Amino acid sequence: MKKLLLTGLLSMTLMGGVGLLQAAPDLEANTPVITAIKTSMQTRHAQLQSYYGSGAIGLTQDGYIAVKDASAVPLSQRGGLAGLVKDENSDRARLYKEIAAANGHPEWQGEIQSTFAGRWIDKAQAGWFYQKEGAWVKK
Amino acid sequence: MESKGTRMRRRQIEFGKTWLVIAGLLAVVALPACVTINIYFPAAAAEKAADKIIDEVWQLKQEQEGAQNPPAAAPTTTTP
Repeated sequence: MKKLLLTGLLSMTLMGGVGLLQAAPDLEANTPVITAIKTSMQTRHAQLQSYYGSGAIGLTQDGYIAVKDASAVPLSQRGGLAGLVKDENSDRARLYKEIAAANGHPEWQGEIQSTFAGRWIDKAQAGWFYQKEGAWVKK
Repeated sequence: MESKGTRMRRRQIEFGKTWLVIAGLLAVVALPACVTINIYFPAAAAEKAADKIIDEVWQLKQEQEGAQNPPAAAPTTTTP
């Protein structure tokens, strides 16, 4: 009985140890480059916010943004919006790449991108549009 | 009836066996675990990192703080 208890206890300790080993450490996401990209995206978001709300732009399935309905924007603003979307997407691509690189695993870029894709949509405000199986869906 | 010495010895042998079992378990479970750390993508950690970045970029943190988290100063006031 005592032996059983001891074995149980020790194997539990062992499993705990293995659990600790397996518990993935936090992902490094605080390099100066990543911080700079975040700041740039944060500033741009102030301009993009109303476009998300009006349905002019939406979140894509692959972690980017796209113009959904250009007609929701006055003609004079459309060029500016296209530029914003382009810049946002290039920042996002750099962000995914930099996080993978900062963690020493450039091959993780795709998985980081798809993780973000899901999280952007989850955290989007009600009324914003996102892509699901190729179609635009209102949240 | 076993003598006290025999019982002690038996217990020692059993204890030795236990360690053998543990060593076996360690080899079987812990070693592949060490290898997997470097191979598999840490999905949970990535989600956590993504959430943090999105909160910052969309500035969701401040809005949530009031509703979900108590003020940041709270833990320091509770320490004796």
